[in-house]
Amino acid sequence: MAYSFPEEVLEHVFSFLSSEKDRNAVSLVCKSWYEMERWCRRRIFVGNCYAVNPKIMIRRFPEVKSVELKGKPHFADFNLVPEGWGGYAYPWIVEIARGYPWLEEIRLKRMVVTDESLELISKSFKNFKVLVLSSCEGFSTDGLAAIAANCRNLRVLELRECEVEDLSGHWLSHFPDSFTSLESLNMGCLNSEVSFSALERLVARSPNLKTLRLNRAVPLEKLPTLLQLAPQLVELGTGSYSAEIRSDLCSSLLEAFSRCKNLKGLSGFWDVVPAYLPAFYSMCPRLTFLNLSYATTQSPDLTKIVSQCHNLQRLWVLDYIEDTGLNALSMSCKDLQELRVFPSDPFVADANVLLTEQGLVSVSEGCPKLQSVLYFCRQFSNSALTTIAKNRPNLTTFRLCILEPRAPDYLTFEPLDSGFGSIVQHCKNLRRLSLSGLLTDRVFQHIGTHAKKLDMLSIAFAGDSDLGLHYVLSGCESLRKLEIRDCPFGDKALLANADKLETMRSLWMSSCAVSFGACKVLGQKMPGLNVEVIDERENLDSIPHNSPVEKLYIYRTVAGERFDMPHFVRTMGKDNRRFK
Amino acid sequence: MESGYSRVDEEIHPQLLDLIPKERNWFVKRDDDHNIEGRSRSRHGNGDEKKLELRLGPPGVEDWSLSDTPKSYKSPAKASANVPNTSQKRSAPAPVVGWPPIRSFRKNIASSSSKQAPPSDSQNVVVPDNVAKKEKTMETCQKGFFVKINMNGVPIGRKVDLNAYDSYEKLSTAVDELFRGLLAAQKDTSGNQEQEKAITGLLDGCGEYTLVYEDNEGDRMLVGDVPWHMFVSTVKRLRVIKTSEISNICLGSKQVKIRH
Repeated sequence: MAYSFPEEVLEHVFSFLSSEKDRNAVSLVCKSWYEMERWCRRRIFVGNCYAVNPKIMIRRFPEVKSVELKGKPHFADFNLVPEGWGGYAYPWIVEIARGYPWLEEIRLKRMVVTDESLELISKSFKNFKVLVLSSCEGFSTDGLAAIAANCRNLRVLELRECEVEDLSGHWLSHFPDSFTSLESLNMGCLNSEVSFSALERLVARSPNLKTLRLNRAVPLEKLPTLLQLAPQLVELGTGSYSAEIRSDLCSSLLEAFSRCKNLKGLSGFWDVVPAYLPAFYSMCPRLTFLNLSYATTQSPDLTKIVSQCHNLQRLWVLDYIEDTGLNALSMSCKDLQELRVFPSDPFVADANVLLTEQGLVSVSEGCPKLQSVLYFCRQFSNSALTTIAKNRPNLTTFRLCILEPRAPDYLTFEPLDSGFGSIVQHCKNLRRLSLSGLLTDRVFQHIGTHAKKLDMLSIAFAGDSDLGLHYVLSGCESLRKLEIRDCPFGDKALLANADKLETMRSLWMSSCAVSFGACKVLGQKMPGLNVEVIDERENLDSIPHNSPVEKLYIYRTVAGERFDMPHFVRTMGKDNRRFK
Repeated sequence: MESGYSRVDEEIHPQLLDLIPKERNWFVKRDDDHNIEGRSRSRHGNGDEKKLELRLGPPGVEDWSLSDTPKSYKSPAKASANVPNTSQKRSAPAPVVGWPPIRSFRKNIASSSSKQAPPSDSQNVVVPDNVAKKEKTMETCQKGFFVKINMNGVPIGRKVDLNAYDSYEKLSTAVDELFRGLLAAQKDTSGNQEQEKAITGLLDGCGEYTLVYEDNEGDRMLVGDVPWHMFVSTVKRLRVIKTSEISNICLGSKQVKIRH
């Protein structure tokens, strides 16, 4: 175009665009913008590692500094995805090592990461700064040792809820004495004890350390020492919060905490001994994030804590907090944006914990900024849901898990259709919703009608027929991730809405009523989708075509079918592919 | 079709399928809508009555163990994979794979609230076999691996968490810390406070005491021969014995083998 800005100017303008959605939009304007944008894109986010292959990514975006990948479907968190399904990081790391020698950041979620991958990372990128592994598995502390030893400019090493083969705590000692750039260390999910003196020295020589999340093996007695060395900490995860009751430890903890003027977030708190809780009371008014979801302490202690956290924005806690504690929360924490309440004893019918729908109702009344809710409890009602919806139309995430599958409204014994209906009707910006309780096709009709901004929906033990699934697929315009288990949804709705699936990232269905035949048809008709059947039964080939599959994972892709699958995963309908 | 929904749905299905046109037009006529709703409502109406009959407590009290619990959680797969017949300790319905949707490290929090207690059986968490082993290992790892340790001459035993150490040296130090005081208390017969003596040389045969262990085959072995993680995977219990007794054991018993 003769009248457009010179490239340098456009590049400069584009550099202000950080959202990948914006960048994607920009790249579609015209060919020259596409070209310019691809050269100045620095961060890539790949929501499904099988949707694209790394060669394509590197070819299009040659100068990337940060890569984020996600692997397994979300239900893998709950053991619904069998071992060996896939999500291997290594092939990506190999290509990225070749294509982006100046890469600085890698973030992986739900992927299988081996020690070889970690070693390759540690040796391939001279300027490597950030490694974040969330819910990953497949590596041992040897891999961590390689990262520690070789990444001279490392700033961030975070292991969030990973399954690590814990050979020893020795890996931490591999950080050289000359290494001083650490800003964030999260080793909370590791089991073995690291050398405390090595940890101490590491903290002492890391003046920029802002986040430190210890593992359970670091005893409470050592915490004051660490805090004295890092009073600049902003986020702290304690280790085990338990010790014999000694006044000297109490006072040194108190003193150490009071020195941490910048502390905004606290977590850890395994094995809580309540006597030591007051040690951090002085921090409470400054806290914006508090994760007490491992603190097995009772409501009075928890209530006392939250009542002092006037600036709290995010709280994660066990149901020990009970309705009374949540009521106190609703009165004290007017800035609360996110609440997660986890079940202390999820497998008993009666838990002797007085946490009911009332707790959440109080919080919805008292906390005007509440946007995000994850709530596990044992009873709920349509009226409570409607009250919450009317109180908090600004909700963006609502995940309710009533522990008993198909539990109805405990007051009226009706399904919870109208309650969830209220939620989607009033909360017009709802992006994420998880349903539970007794639900008929009606609730899906409400969702399809009202939930126009819904991005992710999780359904379990709900619905009556294909109509339910059809309402969702045909009505939810923004839907990108749909995960379903144990619902009577079958072939018709899926096939009738095949086109919709290409607009979504992925669909998971397990223990539903979709047949092999339908999967094959879908795979044949939709070359842009991989229709993967996960089925661990023997003699799969002799199972009749109209028989339902165990599990189904459908995702859009430009990479074609994958070939790293175990025997129990098959891509359906690809024998008639028209492309290579 | 066993797909986790009740048999009543199968009655509905044939009629519903007839009503739905073969093309992709899913906008069902109003009548049909009402029929569907009517059917759903009546089904739940029946459910209501059923629940009223079965309910023993006052309204509002949950009594779901008696109510019409869902017919099955079975997927089309072999039912045993997902719904085991293991005895249930509590009145909850059979545990379902992946339900409630919480991560494995958040399970068993209530039962492990005493510090790092060894995992109560993982039977209340039911997973297919191929995952169970790994999960069980994970849970064991996360809770600590405690083995008994006794010392000759000390009537009270201790427990030591082998996951807390990564070498024999550290274990040896820990053993010293655990038993030094107890040993001194045992030796003290005159009522005077005896000086606590460090317990050293547990691993090299030079000290007064030696550390031995019983492995998973029931054999008594000297600690220190195999790599640490191999030791941790086979050890069942530990024992601190007098070094002088080792030769007695060799001479005396046929069952106890000590390999060098």
